[in-house]
Amino acid sequence: MLAKRIIPCLDVKDGRTVKGINFEGLADVGDAVELGARYAAEGADELVFLDISASREGRSTFTRLVERIADRINIPFTVGGGISTVDDASRLLDAGADKITVNSAAVANPELISQIAGRYGAQFVVAAIDAKLMDDGIWHVTTHGGSRVSGRELFTWASEVEARGAGEILFTSMNHDGTRNGYPCDTYARLAADLTIPVIASGGAGSVGDIAEVLQEGRADAALAASIFHYGEITVSELKRQLAALGIPVRTSL
Amino acid sequence: MIAIIDYKMGNIRSVENALRRLGAEYVLTDDRTVIAKADHVILPGVGHCGEAMHNLRERNLCRFIKDLRHPVLGICVGMQVMCRHTEEGDTDCLNLFDAHVRKFDAADGLKVPHMGWNDITNLDGKLFKDIKGGEYVYFVHSYYASLCPDTIATTRYGRMFSSALKYENFYGTQFHPEKSGDVGERIIKNFLKL
Repeated sequence: MLAKRIIPCLDVKDGRTVKGINFEGLADVGDAVELGARYAAEGADELVFLDISASREGRSTFTRLVERIADRINIPFTVGGGISTVDDASRLLDAGADKITVNSAAVANPELISQIAGRYGAQFVVAAIDAKLMDDGIWHVTTHGGSRVSGRELFTWASEVEARGAGEILFTSMNHDGTRNGYPCDTYARLAADLTIPVIASGGAGSVGDIAEVLQEGRADAALAASIFHYGEITVSELKRQLAALGIPVRTSL
Repeated sequence: MIAIIDYKMGNIRSVENALRRLGAEYVLTDDRTVIAKADHVILPGVGHCGEAMHNLRERNLCRFIKDLRHPVLGICVGMQVMCRHTEEGDTDCLNLFDAHVRKFDAADGLKVPHMGWNDITNLDGKLFKDIKGGEYVYFVHSYYASLCPDTIATTRYGRMFSSALKYENFYGTQFHPEKSGDVGERIIKNFLKL
């Protein structure tokens, strides 16, 4: 049976991993390659590395880091952060990434998804969507780490990125991210019903129960998390053991 | 020496990285003389199976591959081109494995492509030495090979399909051993011991 995936996410700046609460207050939690290898050995199903460097130097450091990750890690990994052209995606593919994520740049230029998927296939493109439920009762797609509200609505945009060739959707609720109070499971379940591509849940996990809920009631195919792993609250292997005990299909043997 | 056949079918860097991690020497080539001298041959492949057959024909590699007598491992589309026929572009393939390649039907309620970690069962032969049935490996594919007498591993996704095939010295895996963690590395090591 196809397993539900557990995906640690590492934010990277200048080759080092960082994680902030709601993208602020960054704290250094180590070398990205070493941390990634440790998660892989613990049973992570995939890894995501997000480049949060703002500078050109930071970007080229990240590309070299991706080469080191590809040399070392024997499970699939996705990279993202600031990808705005097909050339950016090509450079990361050549460096050894299995998938890339596009976010803000795709909201501004949806054609980017079609172009990258057209050249490298749907399996290479993960569309990251950050959205915020606002007082009007609508999930508004946001960009730039949640700081800008776009004119797009979550479910319409999710269907569009699928039609344009994205192979997966990584949805983060900006209302829940960093709160550790769980995920908006109804919203995930609606995405699962609307779409035929896998949905990855992100942002909000505070406990094993939260993750179990989004994989079951929320029908998410995978759960991505950062803080609970980075701060050593639970190991990937222990999380998967507990999910398996709840009857959720996960890859537990290594 | 391992020859990875270079026929311009997708990113093979992950295959190279996996071999390097195992300390194996390899060469990336479409030169028949070099391939003929190798101890093992790997036929990778990501993309359209019809295009893969086209690229093999263009390099006059079809008959040559069928005549190889050393261990050959096809991965993903590299396995599919070794089957009888694929629905992808209605393409006749190398006809080494007695399997037909068909598309997963999204109407069955399946997400297509089949992507992620799934378990392999009914394991048969040296490729799976010391691998237990029920271990998980990594898949990314929209087309699957039917069950046939050459099947040496099965996986269920809506239906049972061939997740690995073997005919004489030819092996194929639908999954990506180079991305399948420690289990995948053991499968590659087993292949290199053949």
